[in-house]
Amino acid sequence: MKVLVPIKRVIDYNVKVRVKPDHSNVDLANTKMAINPFCEIAVEEAVRLKEAGIATEVIAISIGDKSCQEQLRTALALGADRAIQIETSESLDALNIAKLLQKVVEEEQPQLVILGKQSIDSDNNQTGQMLAALTGMPQGTFASVVKVEGEKVNVTREVDGGLQTLALNLPAIVTTDLRLNEPRYASLPNIMKAKRKPLVVRPAADFGIDLTPRTKLLKVTPPAERKAGVIVESIDELVEKLKNEAKVIS
Amino acid sequence: MSILVIVEHDNSSLKAETLKTVGAAQKIGGDITLLVAGFNCQNVVDAAVKVNGVSKVLVADNAVYEHQLAENVSLLVTELASDYEHILATALTTGKNFMPRVAALLDVAQISDIIDVESSDTFVRPIYAGNAIATVQSLDDKKIITVRTTGFDAVATDGNAEVVTLATVTDAGISSHVNDEFTVSERPDLGAATVIISGGRGMQNGENFKLLDGIADKLGAAIGASRAAVDAGFVPNDMQVGQTGKIVAPDLYIAVGISGAIQHLAGMKDSKVIVAINKDPEAPIFQVADYGIVADLFDALPELESKL
Ligand SMILES: Cc1cc2nc3c(=O)[nH]c(=O)nc-3n(C[C@H](O)[C@H](O)[C@H](O)COP(=O)(O)OP(=O)(O)OC[C@H]3O[C@@H](n4cnc5c(N)ncnc54)[C@H](O)[C@@H]3O)c2cc1C
Ligand SMILES: Nc1ncnc2c1ncn2[C@@H]1O[C@H](COP(=O)(O)O)[C@@H](O)[C@H]1O
Repeated sequence: MKVLVPIKRVIDYNVKVRVKPDHSNVDLANTKMAINPFCEIAVEEAVRLKEAGIATEVIAISIGDKSCQEQLRTALALGADRAIQIETSESLDALNIAKLLQKVVEEEQPQLVILGKQSIDSDNNQTGQMLAALTGMPQGTFASVVKVEGEKVNVTREVDGGLQTLALNLPAIVTTDLRLNEPRYASLPNIMKAKRKPLVVRPAADFGIDLTPRTKLLKVTPPAERKAGVIVESIDELVEKLKNEAKVIS
Repeated sequence: MSILVIVEHDNSSLKAETLKTVGAAQKIGGDITLLVAGFNCQNVVDAAVKVNGVSKVLVADNAVYEHQLAENVSLLVTELASDYEHILATALTTGKNFMPRVAALLDVAQISDIIDVESSDTFVRPIYAGNAIATVQSLDDKKIITVRTTGFDAVATDGNAEVVTLATVTDAGISSHVNDEFTVSERPDLGAATVIISGGRGMQNGENFKLLDGIADKLGAAIGASRAAVDAGFVPNDMQVGQTGKIVAPDLYIAVGISGAIQHLAGMKDSKVIVAINKDPEAPIFQVADYGIVADLFDALPELESKL
């Protein structure tokens, strides 16, 4: 079976983003970028399915400008077989991303699409669920275990109360949580090999979808700063301050 | 305007966070209807009718909604959607699961995790793990929204709404529930607690989390954890606080052996008072702590317990 893995280029998770002085957006100039950590977990899961003889082909796909080819090459180095870039310079709403992905799902007919549960820049947590709705597929979101069994996939999900396991008919959508797997590092020979794997570029406009924005970003501001606190010298002092100064314990 | 709020529950009780989502709905302004979709959920309905500011409670009580499968709930909400300009769910794992599905079925964008309402079409939400705050305007006729409860006050519960039983049964028939492994705890929920004490990698193992128990008992606190503590298997996943775990804002948050990575701070930095116990004076957690103590947690915790 084919597995499709949508990946997103985002700010490196170790970098603290700055807001532009004119509050129009965040400033990503000269910022270290990387593959969204949840997408990296998605690629790893797909590659493991291939290594287990369950998946036959792993296709990585990213929607963005030319720079996202860097992350597609990373996915290829991690073991994806081929890559598709849908070229656009716009930053699209999750709904429009899902609509483009839907077209590719129709063309490629994967049995499984594995996405990240959330991009760490927009923190949307939407695309997988939207793609599932548009394709009429079931969804296993926030997955920590994925088991393909015949015509179904069993997905264990991280939910507020603990863990929940669902059985989904294939084809299905899975979105990854942090504990699904620990992604490997790409080896140097695999990075070299990835340069020769196929990467197809297709303009977003060719898909015949109305990509008009559905939301408008009015402004971006820095969060309220917390006032610097104090270092207390003893537990006695801490307890005294919590009781009498902060008044949060009695 | 009319607003539909989908109730968070486990078939036996209405989750307190729903009261804050209704708080957000009141800030938008309009006639508020609640939807309870579940199975054998009469207790939830009884609680829902008392939520203040609500005129109607729609009830879909059927086995197909027992586990709130996104495929089934989203079809139900979509069928009801034409009567409402705003549809709100709480940004917890259930709402996060079905709501984008509703949005896509309605061909509407979703605004996730709002923390404030500027007007009926403009909302405030954190992005980049809370390191930037975006003001976003929805250009769709309908607004599909998930609400981060730390941004809103809970409404009271002395109301008296009308109950409307729905006959609709929407079963997509493409997914089924296998089982749950839920953590049972006598302690308050992380989302509802006024005091939280969390342990990180510095706790070294699961056994040592017992050091937090006595303090939590004395303070009526919930116990949380960092991702590192969960990944290492010290404690279950539902205890994770952070960008990708639970977002909390209690009156008092005590971080023990947690360094203060941005992803952890994203889940707790709106707490009223933050205390950090860490042996490394350079740990970033001290930059957000109101009270920090540089100490070995294995000395500090027993002493703190004895002095409370
Ligand atoms: C996509 C993504 C999402 C993430 N989401 C989350 C999230 O939701 N929540 C989250 O928490 N993390 C999250 N993380 C992980 C985050 O980046 C950090 O790795 C994690 O928070 C570190 O946990 P920690 O502070 O317990 O461990 P460490 O960073 O290892 O810190 C341990 C601390 O304990 C102190 N310590 C050690 N021994 C003692 C002692 N005896 N006494 C006192 N202090 C001691 C040390 O000085 C140190 O400061 C995410 C990461 C990624 C990439
Ligand atoms: N521009 C994009 N290109 C490819 N995949 C994407 C893109 N944006 C989001 N995704 C996928 O959708 C997941 C969830 O993203 P989001 O809904 O934005 O939080 C990501 O982890 C990716 O797998």
